[in-house]
Amino acid sequence: MIQIKNLRVDLGHFLLEDVNLTVDEGEYFVVLGPTGSGKTVLLETIAGLYPVKSGEIWLGGREVTRLEPEKRNISIVYQDHVLFPHLSVAENITFGLRLHKQPHQQVTQTLNWLSDLLGIVHLLDRSPDTLSGGERQKVALARALSIKPEVLLLDEPLSALDPESREAVQQELRRIHNQLKVTTIHVTHDFEEAVALGERIAVLGEGGIKQVGTPEQIFRQPASEFVARFAMARNIFAGEVVERDDGNTVFRTEGTELIVVTDLRGKLHASVRPEDILISPEPLRSSARNSFCGTVTSIADKGSTLYLTVTLQPDFICLVTRRSFEEMGLAEGQKVYITFKASAVHIF
Amino acid sequence: MAKKWFITNRMTFTFVLLGLVIFLFIIVPLFKMIVASDPKILLDTALDSKVISAIWLTLYAALIATTIGFFLGVPLAYLLARFDFPGKNLVEGLIDVPIVVPHTAAGIALLFVFGRNFLVGKGFHLIGIDFVDSIAGIVIAMLFVSVPFLIDSAKEGFKKVDVRLEKVSRTLGASPWQSFFRVSFPLAWRSIVAGNIMMWARGISEFGAVIILAYHPMIAPTLIFERFETYGLAYSRPVAVLLILLCVIIFVVLRTLVYRGQKT
Repeated sequence: MIQIKNLRVDLGHFLLEDVNLTVDEGEYFVVLGPTGSGKTVLLETIAGLYPVKSGEIWLGGREVTRLEPEKRNISIVYQDHVLFPHLSVAENITFGLRLHKQPHQQVTQTLNWLSDLLGIVHLLDRSPDTLSGGERQKVALARALSIKPEVLLLDEPLSALDPESREAVQQELRRIHNQLKVTTIHVTHDFEEAVALGERIAVLGEGGIKQVGTPEQIFRQPASEFVARFAMARNIFAGEVVERDDGNTVFRTEGTELIVVTDLRGKLHASVRPEDILISPEPLRSSARNSFCGTVTSIADKGSTLYLTVTLQPDFICLVTRRSFEEMGLAEGQKVYITFKASAVHIF
Repeated sequence: MAKKWFITNRMTFTFVLLGLVIFLFIIVPLFKMIVASDPKILLDTALDSKVISAIWLTLYAALIATTIGFFLGVPLAYLLARFDFPGKNLVEGLIDVPIVVPHTAAGIALLFVFGRNFLVGKGFHLIGIDFVDSIAGIVIAMLFVSVPFLIDSAKEGFKKVDVRLEKVSRTLGASPWQSFFRVSFPLAWRSIVAGNIMMWARGISEFGAVIILAYHPMIAPTLIFERFETYGLAYSRPVAVLLILLCVIIFVVLRTLVYRGQKT
């Protein structure tokens, strides 16, 4: 367990204050914040790499506020390219173990265990600069796990990856966390990444923590402009992906089943962009697989575009242009059909 | 693309011509002096015990200066690469001053600190080290004028090492010392060695600051100067040729050693 009390870090050009956080033993905790909100500073402070102005950091039962980083047993994975370039993959992974003068046999044992766990056995003799982004990130993760850290810090671990390896590394992170249950703090600016991985999320904005809660609480009742903008830009639902008897893969949420295209199964999240949803007064005949009837319950006027909330359990936010809005003569309380393709539903 | 690059346009063509002028300017005098030497006189000079001891003294005095520069300069280079502090620009500027001042002036400045009548000189005198007309004087003169090359090169080397590598090593259990010796130093190694070579070469070629502090024992540049003054061109040239040949050989060998690993 890690506890941060009234933390204040002053770097001259940057100030982080009133940070209060408690991350439970074995929890996967995500800190979500826009670029420049101090996420990296927060992580590096937890790791002991920046001096604390005031406040306290507790690790389990021991206070570590002024402890040197090498004595904290907290390891960190950065966004990109931070493997030791002069060492092989195996030497990178065992760097910490060799520092601690562990017996050779134990070092080899840990190396084998970690490279099996992350599926990087074939890379051990390679030099870091010959690896792909995804491979590098797995090696960095293995290196961070090698010292059996009490807390694992992940600084935007997926941001530098291309979409495919991002998906793969994200699943790897979830799998490894489920297996090892290492207390993890993951910082990101990506809302969907936060929702997908975090058991709880803290929203960081302008120098401090704005909100802490489960992913659902964060996107249902956003307490900050930053999150509200995300929640507004996406219809996000929590639910379950199942195979229906008719052979369709569906995402089941609040009594509605969305037809989706995905290989993932189980308790997940789905998002649909408001601009991907078509609105019509009558049912549409089209190739889009999802079509539902609902009631317009609110209209937010943004000038040339309007956001309509269509309630059908759950609520969908839909974007229409002023032109279409006027042509269809839409108004609150009106019954409409919403239509979107199965491929417009992003499962994460 | 690289094949016919030099005739691709007028600008590169002009630049090639201009570059050639300065390149020949550097090469021709050195080349001519070497080929115009009579091998027999050259051999006699090489066997002249005065010449041998002067060249030998030059090489190892510069080596001592470089060693001192390494132990005192590398830590400073690291600090300058890693930390920002008020007045940092001033410090960096002052470090390069020995490069820009006339070296005879540098020698006089050194005399004012290391001379026996001055505080530092007095201190060293008590432990038996004198800087006037001694090897110690040659060493500090070389150190003074050549250490900026080492500091600047090492600093650039450390700057290229991602700070986060040091941070990661700290979180993995490395003390600041271990982090420096296992991460920063090995990664900046090439720049540091290149700086050492530059410093040594600069030390070997130093004349102005050395003669102010120590005309004797005589280093090779002083010997060349003395023979030129006393006996003229014919007698000074063979010593000059020997020194140039030696420097070029050492420089080429070391450069090859340092840059060989880089390409692979």
